[in-house]
Amino acid sequence: MTIVFYISAFIAVFATLAAITRMNPVHALLYFILSLLAVGVIFFVLGAPFVAALIVIINAGAIMVLFVFIIMMVNQGKHTIEQERKWTHPKLWLAPGFLAVVLLIEIIYVLIHANQATTGPEVISPTQVGTALFGPYMLAVELVSMLLLVGLLGAHHLARESHVVKNRAEEDNDG
Amino acid sequence: MAEINMITGLSVAGILFALGLVGVLVRRNIIFILLSIEIMLNACGLAFIVVGSALKQPDGQVMYFFILAVAASEMAIGLGLILNFFHKYKTLDTNVLNQMRG
Repeated sequence: MTIVFYISAFIAVFATLAAITRMNPVHALLYFILSLLAVGVIFFVLGAPFVAALIVIINAGAIMVLFVFIIMMVNQGKHTIEQERKWTHPKLWLAPGFLAVVLLIEIIYVLIHANQATTGPEVISPTQVGTALFGPYMLAVELVSMLLLVGLLGAHHLARESHVVKNRAEEDNDG
Repeated sequence: MAEINMITGLSVAGILFALGLVGVLVRRNIIFILLSIEIMLNACGLAFIVVGSALKQPDGQVMYFFILAVAASEMAIGLGLILNFFHKYKTLDTNVLNQMRG
């Protein structure tokens, strides 16, 4: 099982690297979905089957489909890739990449001097997770439901049809 | 199931987080910025799962559940904002947002 962890960790890192460097948004999105699935395998290997199912169904399924729809709606046609090349000059990667690598080295340095625990052989079953969710974390679950309601209202307010139609009507008048 | 050193798992989460951070800093297309934020949230979730597995507690998975809810609502709001932004300015370039008034 350890080898499965290492293989999926490499897939996750390389797919994420590809996702942030692609010029075509759809390719980047597909690489990110691959990365999410690899992380799902890591979760399963680490003994968290409930979360492995959640990441595939909600993250790779629902949220990424939302992304695909948005990319289709804001598609700028054939010049997207040339424009993206113009926006992300290769030199731009140097400074942020260097700083992020320094931060990463610091994190790993701190981790090496920390507690040397290993992940357990036990599987934490969905039953245990559910008991914790509706036991000590009851209030937090209620707060999350409020958060999702606010997200729903916010998304409805921002993307409502009348708004978009009004903007288009204004453009027609301008033109 | 697998017995992996906690440092290895947390390092993978750190690498993914750093990649997401570089994505946010470098890209100018707002869709890629949102994608990179999603990468970072996912890396945080991975760190929680690794520690939860090392401590043999379900709390890590509970935290991942909360992170997932935050990511979902953030995506809904963020994509609504992108849609409005694109309808208004006809571009996805974040530098245009400098010109926003009010």
